[in-house]
Amino acid sequence: MAPKEPGIKETRILLRHAGVPDLHKLATYESYGGYATQKRAYTELEIDWMVDQLEESGLRGRGGAGFPMGKKVSFLPHGDEAKYLCCNADESEPGAFKDRELMQRNPHQLIEGIAIASLAGDIGHAFIFIRGEYDKQGDILDEAVAEAYAAGYLGKNILGSGHDLELVVHRGAGAYICGEETALLDALEGKRGNPRLKPPFPAVQGLYGGPTLINNVETLSNVPHVIANGADWFKSFGTEQSPGTKVVSISGCVKRPGNYEVELGVKLRDLIFGLAGGPLDGHEIKAFYPGGSSSPVLEPKDLDLPYSFESMAEAGSMLGSGSIIVADDSVSIPHLALRTARFYHHESCGKCTPCREGTNWTVKMLERVVRGEATPMDLDIISSVQKNIIGHCLCVLGDSMAMPVSAMVNKFRKEFEEVIAAAAVSEFPTLVGRPIPVGTQEAAGH
Amino acid sequence: MDRYTPLEDFVGLDLPVDQANTTGRDQLGEPEQIPELSDVNCPDELRQLIEALMDRYPDKDSREGHKSASIPALWAVQRQYGWCTPEGIRQAAAVMKVTPAYLESVASFYDLLRLEPSGKSQVLVCTNISCWMRGGDELLDAFCEASGADRGKAGHGGALSADGEVMVSGFECLGACDLAPMVSVNERYFGPLEAADAKTVIDQLREGADVLPGKSLAKRPLPGGEDVPADDRTDSLKGPNQ
Repeated sequence: MAPKEPGIKETRILLRHAGVPDLHKLATYESYGGYATQKRAYTELEIDWMVDQLEESGLRGRGGAGFPMGKKVSFLPHGDEAKYLCCNADESEPGAFKDRELMQRNPHQLIEGIAIASLAGDIGHAFIFIRGEYDKQGDILDEAVAEAYAAGYLGKNILGSGHDLELVVHRGAGAYICGEETALLDALEGKRGNPRLKPPFPAVQGLYGGPTLINNVETLSNVPHVIANGADWFKSFGTEQSPGTKVVSISGCVKRPGNYEVELGVKLRDLIFGLAGGPLDGHEIKAFYPGGSSSPVLEPKDLDLPYSFESMAEAGSMLGSGSIIVADDSVSIPHLALRTARFYHHESCGKCTPCREGTNWTVKMLERVVRGEATPMDLDIISSVQKNIIGHCLCVLGDSMAMPVSAMVNKFRKEFEEVIAAAAVSEFPTLVGRPIPVGTQEAAGH
Repeated sequence: MDRYTPLEDFVGLDLPVDQANTTGRDQLGEPEQIPELSDVNCPDELRQLIEALMDRYPDKDSREGHKSASIPALWAVQRQYGWCTPEGIRQAAAVMKVTPAYLESVASFYDLLRLEPSGKSQVLVCTNISCWMRGGDELLDAFCEASGADRGKAGHGGALSADGEVMVSGFECLGACDLAPMVSVNERYFGPLEAADAKTVIDQLREGADVLPGKSLAKRPLPGGEDVPADDRTDSLKGPNQ
């Protein structure tokens, strides 16, 4: 689909009527057509047809990896063993806040999606793993789930279909790593959130050792729409490889930060300038993360690329969770790299050495850079540390630091060298090997 | 109560490593023994709440035990006592039939489960990328100044205000970059804030008044407007949101 321009407008499906004050209440949701699709799914539709539609629609996971949702469902074994569904609502990626909006404004859309996906996958137990910080949204979900039970959309023998579904809202307690699907399973089992070795993948052996379908809030919120309107309708939005709409979180140095729902494939420029209002007055865009803090940064020359999974991958970055963070010319890239690295250092669970040590040393080296105690050679060492993290751990947390930091060092090397030179001349004589004084970390360090 | 034993008490050279109390937390009873419910004085309401939480999970009858309720049970302890006290952890452990050591190992993994006294109110100031670019560090400075909390400690796990009533803590991304710079006050989100708002928040918390009613996330409209006209494909929508 060709992006509309100029004067881009949003294409709202998931966020349609999101401004209605009581949409989070069951009666209001039903008055806008809510749960009609679940009724059809539980009483008329063939399960095979629904799985086909989900696969055919090309709906890709909206949590970060972009794996086709229908394929995940079809991977579940057919058998009598207990199967589980986990909705990943542990949205903790810096820059991402779309799931918060979807759960706060339209929790029943998510519950309906979970109910339909559970029927399609023959799943009897479902969980919404919501990050502990989202207390208000957790309360809204608790109320919505209670309403759905009372109305017979959850529980035993739903709508006379013979299918049972228990849905539990499980609150995390503050750990980015629990957004990683296997760490999420450990946290749900009441353990410290450490990732597991894959394979076996969760579709084969997941929660409590049973086959488990794990999907993001936005992915599951799309399910009722795909089933109600069909795969062809869904594919009429977006691009061939990235069908559908996407709720994009735009933040950082822009005039109107927030969530915007657009067709995939619109131009980045339309998103950042058209919808989010562009950079603050008197400033220009210097760099931006196109898919959350884990994605390699792009530069202003990339603004005319279409915003889709395939186009971001081609540009050497990723669409990730669909979160754009804009940095303008007032932001120092070495400091941005340090701020990014500190986050991953804080959140590394410590299980795998390349991530635990790599994030630690990257932070220390970047602190030396901004303090003027580094030499340009240190930039090569930083790059080599990043190479030794990528692909060497159980999960991608370490990679998520290594990719943006490498991109920043590569694309803005000149600025790093200038910062090193300026700081070395002005304040600090460069003494290689000098111990780092305790307590001189940047403000707000973690 | 001073929660930390003097240094020499837990790094004694003659202690085998697996018995050393490396966190410095006071031991209460035997952390590796499952306590008896009759020994821990667990309030009835807390016990009933934890039992109800355990019933929600399908592992309640499994051979490996019923640990799924660990995090919700620790939340319940924190809501009961203001933080995860050693006594509260023992009570939850007795109800769940796990060891206090296990529950503490879980609690220490998660940033929101507090293992130290943390005042009546908690202010979490986001200092992650988007908030940092819009003045998150300066906002944390302002909160420390307004409350008298130690700035160095606030950036590394939290610090109590001078009167011990409010905990101020720098925090990693809270998932509200659209409100940058923002804070979470007693688990509700507010933003975008200016440095001057810090004193207002601290004063409102001390007075028990509503915090910044005009800057609450709950009141924030969608940035693209509440109503966007449908096009011909979304107009014919079936299912939800018709």
